[in-house]
Amino acid sequence: MTKREMTCIICPMGCSLTVEMEGEEITSISGNTCKRGAAYAEAEVSHPQRTVTSTMRCDNGEVLAVKTDRPIPKSKVMECMGLINAHTAKLPVAVGEVLIRDVFGSNIIATENKTVQ
Amino acid sequence: MTDLVIIGGGPAGMSAAVAAYESGIRDILILERDSQLGGILQQCIHNGFGLHRFGEELTGPEYAWKYEKQVRDLGIPVKLNTMVLSVTPERTITATNEEEGIFTIEAKAIVLAMGCRERPRGALNIAGTRPAGIYSAGTAQKLVNRKGYMPGKSVVILGSGDIGLIMARRMTLEGAKVKAVCELMPYSGGLARNIEQCLNDFDIPLKLSHTVVEIHGRKRLEGVTIAKVDENRRPIRETREYIPCDTLLLSVGLIPENELSLQAGVEMDSVTGGALVDQDRQTSAEGIFSCGNVLHVHDLVDFVSEEAAIAGKCAADFIREGSGERCGAAAQADIPAETFLETSLETGIPITTDGKVRYTVPQRITKRKDFTLYFRVADRYRNVKINVVSDGKVIHSVRRPKAVPGEMENIRLKGDLLEGVTGLRVELEELA
Repeated sequence: MTKREMTCIICPMGCSLTVEMEGEEITSISGNTCKRGAAYAEAEVSHPQRTVTSTMRCDNGEVLAVKTDRPIPKSKVMECMGLINAHTAKLPVAVGEVLIRDVFGSNIIATENKTVQ
Repeated sequence: MTDLVIIGGGPAGMSAAVAAYESGIRDILILERDSQLGGILQQCIHNGFGLHRFGEELTGPEYAWKYEKQVRDLGIPVKLNTMVLSVTPERTITATNEEEGIFTIEAKAIVLAMGCRERPRGALNIAGTRPAGIYSAGTAQKLVNRKGYMPGKSVVILGSGDIGLIMARRMTLEGAKVKAVCELMPYSGGLARNIEQCLNDFDIPLKLSHTVVEIHGRKRLEGVTIAKVDENRRPIRETREYIPCDTLLLSVGLIPENELSLQAGVEMDSVTGGALVDQDRQTSAEGIFSCGNVLHVHDLVDFVSEEAAIAGKCAADFIREGSGERCGAAAQADIPAETFLETSLETGIPITTDGKVRYTVPQRITKRKDFTLYFRVADRYRNVKINVVSDGKVIHSVRRPKAVPGEMENIRLKGDLLEGVTGLRVELEELA
């Protein structure tokens, strides 16, 4: 049996989680104070995921705040950064607008409004 | 004469404006020195905001937009690029902008929502040269996230508050090498989730009980010497270690920006660095309210919004009742007038702490109504009871599995508890 300790990143409480495993099988999750914590622990031991937030260059030279609209595999975070930095946003852009589709199962969307000044 | 002037268009100012509008006040003006609303949220492009308030995980700009949209939809007037120069105790505001020059506004009530700024290098007395490449973490955040400039390639961060941790990840994502995060204290001041997702995810070492003792480099930073500190936080000479780097980020605390509050003659709390307020967030200057990071530094914006909504609503009550009457007093018709007079309305019921609880907001109660007491503790504690004591008797207590300085706590207190109370003391009891 193996034991993994981790800190939940779902909310600011940051619960200390313990996952006990028998090979690939999870036998128990403890320390979480909500259901989302259990789901996080489960994902974290099998396929860790992260939401990426960054900025994208705009066609007028300014930068635009962006994010993946859902978590992507943690191992793909730096590749995702490369895709964001290779792209240029065409202004104007509104909050929630999709800038790049199908990035490791997510879309890169704008998190702010930006117009041409 | 303007009914309500709000100084600062960040999360606190916008929330106060919306709450005042919802309480029936229409003549509101927000003064903001930046070219857009949102304050510091605009550069906090990471996620994790809004879980309390909106039940979803938002980035800073998204959280700001939720409030900005309300401000716009309600048609609340905003003056951007406008710097407030002074505020008098009589609530006369002098401000300036490019179009109107210098102008004055008389206000029936004012909400102070100017936020805070970062402690600079000068406040730390780090020895060494004065090269380029040393930034406060928030300045670096603005350069990367708003201006699109990278301040450097190889980075050491001093201070493990949330901004420092967030910037460790941000600089790494943009291709810099973050060599270490040094923290003077034996524990991090940041949220546990940020240690996990900003440092551990990228194998960035967190050096607890370490500080920067020397800065090297003539024109550009070339490196820093760090050292372990003893229990009195004095550097231990034998542990000195040189780390080459071109950038040093300082995340060493925030200071409420209270120059205007001081001009207005507002009584201050030396622990929070903000105003002394009552449950309505009214300061000692009548009709002047304070909320958000200018009142005390928060870790979660959700609580800023909550606090500012109280200030906005109570400012609205104050305006409606006309100056001279304390806010909300008449509205609490179910409470006999004499209960108010027993405790002096001028000073109210003072709330003191035992030192383990470092401070509370509010610091005094002037009215008998339900309220939430926010507080921070001075050290790391496990398994504690927070006792609210009146005249040596515990009148309310809550248990907490842990309490740490980096996380603001709160207790909800019923107005009924204040019956006959002349002073409150908030104490931390360590359970076995």
